Amino acid sequence: MSLLETSAPPQATSRESALPRHVAGPRSTGWWGMVMLITTETMLFSALIASYFYLRYQLGPEWPPEGIEPPTLELPLIMTAILWSSSIPVHFAERAIMKGNQRRLRLGLALGFVLGATFLALQLGLEYPETLAEFTPTTNSYGSLFYTITGFHGIHVLVGLMFSLWTQVRAWKGAFDAERHVTVQIFTMYWHFVDVVWLFVLASIYFYPNA
Amino acid sequence: MATIAERLEVFWEEKPGLATFFETVDHKKLGFKYLYTGLIFFVLGGLQSLVLRAQLTSANLELVDPETYNQMFSMHGTTMMFLFAIPVLSGFGNYFVPLMIGARDMAFPRLNAFGYWVFLGAGLFMYSSFLGGSAPNDGWFNYPPLAGLEFSPGLNIDFYSLGLIFLGISTTAGAINFIVTIFKMRAPGMSINRMPIFVWGELAMALATVFALPSLTIALVMLELDRKFGFHFFDTERGGDPILWQHLFWIFGHPWVYIIVLPAFGIVSTIIPTFSRRRMIGYIYVVLAEMAVALLGFGVWVHHMFSVGIPQISLSFISAASFMITIPSGTQFFAWMATIVAGKPVLKTPMLFVLGFIFLLAIGGFSGVMFASVPFDQQTTDTYFVVAHLHYVVVGGAVFPMFGALYYWLPKMTGKLLNERMGRLSFWIMFIGFNLAFFPMHISGLLGQPRRTYTYEAGLGWDIWNLLSTVGAGMLTFGILLTFVNWWRSVKKGEPAGDDPWGSETLEWATTSPPPEYNFETVPTVRSLQPLWDQPELREGPQSQEEGGYALAGGHETLATSLLDAQPQAVLEMPHESPWPVLLTTALAVMFYGFLFDAYALAGLGALGSAGGLIGWFWPRGETQET
Repeated sequence: MSLLETSAPPQATSRESALPRHVAGPRSTGWWGMVMLITTETMLFSALIASYFYLRYQLGPEWPPEGIEPPTLELPLIMTAILWSSSIPVHFAERAIMKGNQRRLRLGLALGFVLGATFLALQLGLEYPETLAEFTPTTNSYGSLFYTITGFHGIHVLVGLMFSLWTQVRAWKGAFDAERHVTVQIFTMYWHFVDVVWLFVLASIYFYPNA
Repeated sequence: MATIAERLEVFWEEKPGLATFFETVDHKKLGFKYLYTGLIFFVLGGLQSLVLRAQLTSANLELVDPETYNQMFSMHGTTMMFLFAIPVLSGFGNYFVPLMIGARDMAFPRLNAFGYWVFLGAGLFMYSSFLGGSAPNDGWFNYPPLAGLEFSPGLNIDFYSLGLIFLGISTTAGAINFIVTIFKMRAPGMSINRMPIFVWGELAMALATVFALPSLTIALVMLELDRKFGFHFFDTERGGDPILWQHLFWIFGHPWVYIIVLPAFGIVSTIIPTFSRRRMIGYIYVVLAEMAVALLGFGVWVHHMFSVGIPQISLSFISAASFMITIPSGTQFFAWMATIVAGKPVLKTPMLFVLGFIFLLAIGGFSGVMFASVPFDQQTTDTYFVVAHLHYVVVGGAVFPMFGALYYWLPKMTGKLLNERMGRLSFWIMFIGFNLAFFPMHISGLLGQPRRTYTYEAGLGWDIWNLLSTVGAGMLTFGILLTFVNWWRSVKKGEPAGDDPWGSETLEWATTSPPPEYNFETVPTVRSLQPLWDQPELREGPQSQEEGGYALAGGHETLATSLLDAQPQAVLEMPHESPWPVLLTTALAVMFYGFLFDAYALAGLGALGSAGGLIGWFWPRGETQET
C-alpha cells in the first residue's frame, strides 16, 4: 500500500465526487436483485398452485377426495390476520429508517418478527396436528398438495424470520441511517412478498375446497 | 504522483496463488472457469455419445449392455443441456458482458463466484453417480412413472433430481446477476438502444431462466417427495398424474431450448457485423425478435406432448404458437443475411462458423416447423427424426456459434491469435462431420428407427444410415479436437493479438488483451451503438476525463447508472475476494448428499453449515455497500 500512502489523493473530477456512494431503492443493485428473486419465487408458487388445480381437475368431481373434510376456516383466518398485520409494523420500520429514526426501525422489525413467528407457531403447533389426524402427505395427492404448498409457504416465513433477525442485529449495531438502508428495504420487500403469496395459498388451498 | 492505472492496480489486484483460485470474484477469471469446466463436461458428454454411436454402428451389436446404454444417453443429454451449453454461454457472458457494457465487474461478484462453484459442485454430484454404476438412466426429461420408485428403485434418478435442484441454485443466481448487471452497470451513455445485441441475448436468456426454471425445480421437488417420502404427485392410484410432470418439465424445457440459442444468436449478431464490415441491419428488429422468441417460447411446451393425448383445442393453440415462432426467428435470419449481403464479408474462421450456423439452423428450423403440425409430429415422435432435428437446432444453433466465439474472443481472453488455417480445417471437418452424423438420422427416423433403443435388427434398411452417422460422429469429434489443439498451441506460441485484431465495434476491444483486473482505466462515456467505430478517441487508449471517462481511482469502485438511459447514479464499492462462496457450496453439497443417502442428520448438518456460510458471507467488513 506504500504507493497509495505516498501518492496524492485520486484526481477525481467534480463529476465523480458528486455521485453518491450509498443509494437505495431502484437506484441500488440490491433492490433489483430482490425484485428478480421475488419474480422467480412467484413462478415457484405459480407452478405449485397450477399443479394443485391440474391434479384437482384430473381427479373428478369430489374434492377433497376420499371423504376428507374441506379445511376449516377459523384457524386459517386467524393466522391470516396475524400474518398480514405483520406487514404493517415492517412497513413503518422501513419508513422510519428512511427518515433516520433508529428506535422506530427496531420496534417495527421486532413487532413484525413476533407476528410472523406467531403465524408459524400456530401452523406447526395447532393447524398441522389437527389436519394430520385426518390426513397426511402420504394419504393421497390432496394430502401431498396440501402439505407441500402450505409447508413451502411456511419455509418462506421461516426464511423471512431469519432474514429479520439478521436485519435486527444490524439495526441494533446502528448499521442503518437515512442514506444507508438497502438491507431494510430488501427485507421489507421479501416480507411483503411472503404475505402476498399467502393470499393465493389461502384462496386456493383453504377457500376453494369450501366453495 | 501515481497514475490512474497504478492506483487501480493496487485496489483491484488479486494476489496470485491457490487461495485466490478458490476465492476470486473477478468476472474474467470466473468466466474462464465456467468455460473450462463447461468444455470438460462437453468432452465427457461427447465421449458418451461416441459410445452410443459405436453401439449403433451396425445391427445387433453388443458393445454395451442396455442398462449402460440407458445411462449413457441419459447423461449425454443431461450433460449437454445443463452442464455444457448454459455454463459455456454463461462463461462468455461472464467474461464479456461487463466488458461490453464498460463495467469493472458484475453487479454481485461474490454471487458470481457462488454460481460457478455450485455449478461445479452439482456437476460433480451428478457425475459421482458413475462411481456406484447408478447414473441417471431415464433420459434427460426423465418421465415418471418410469422415473418413479417402482420402476427405478436405485439412486439413479435421485442423482438426477437432487443434482438438478442443486444446479438450479447456480443457474438462478447467475441469471439474476446478469439481469442486474445489464440493468444497472452499463457505461454512462449506453442507453438501452445502444446495448450490443450479445448483451440483449444474455438478458433474454437470464429473464427466460428466471421465469422458466422454477417449473422444473417444482417438478423435481415433487418427484423426490414421491420417491423419498411416499407422496403421490405422479401416482395415479392415489390421485396423482404423471402427465403433470410432462407439463411442468416442458413449460421449463421449451423455453430452455431458447435460453440456449438466444445468447448464441447474440454471438452471431456480434460476429456478423464485424466480419461484414458494416453495422447490423435492423438492430431494433433483431432485438425485438430476440425478446419475442424468449416470450413465445413459453407458449409452445405442449408441442413436446402432441402424442400424449391432450384435448384437440389445446393442441391447436400450441400448434399455432409454434408456427408463430417462425416470425421472429425469420426476422433475425433475414437481418443476418441482409447484413452479410450488404457488407463486404471477410471469411475468417469466426465468420465461417457463423455461416455454418445459418445453414444448419435453416435445416433445423425446417424440420422444426414440420413438428408444429400435429399429425406429422404424431408420426415421427420418439424416432431418430427428432434426434436429427434437435441436434441441428442445438448443435447448429448453439455449438457452432460457440466455436465461432472461441475464435473471435479467445484472442481477447488470452492475448494470442489462433491459427487461421487450422481453424478453417477444424470448421470444415466439423461441418462435414456434423452433417454426415445427423442428416442420415432424418432418414433412419422416417424409416421408423426409435430413439433410445440400444440396438436394432438387421434388414430394416437402417444399417447404412447408422454406419454413416457413426463415421460422421468420429469426424465431428476430430474437428472439435483440432480447435482445442489450436487453442492450446495459440497460448504456447500464438501471435500476439493486439487490442483489436478484428476491427470490431464493441467496448471489449477498447482495452488490452487480456484486459487488466479493472477492465478499463477509465469507464468510458458511450455516444453510439458502435462505440469503437464512431468514437475514435476510444481506439487511442483510455478515454480521458475531459472526454467523459470516469477514473474512479479512489477505491475498488465501479459506476451504477440508470436503467433506461444509463445516466450515472452512484459509485459502487465492490467486494473483494471471499472464501465464503466456495464454503457455502461445500455445505450445500453435504446437504444434498445427506438427502441422497437418506442421511437426514448429515443433511441437517449441511443446512446448518449453509446458514453459517451465509452469515460469514454477509458479515460486515467495512468494505462494500453492505447496508
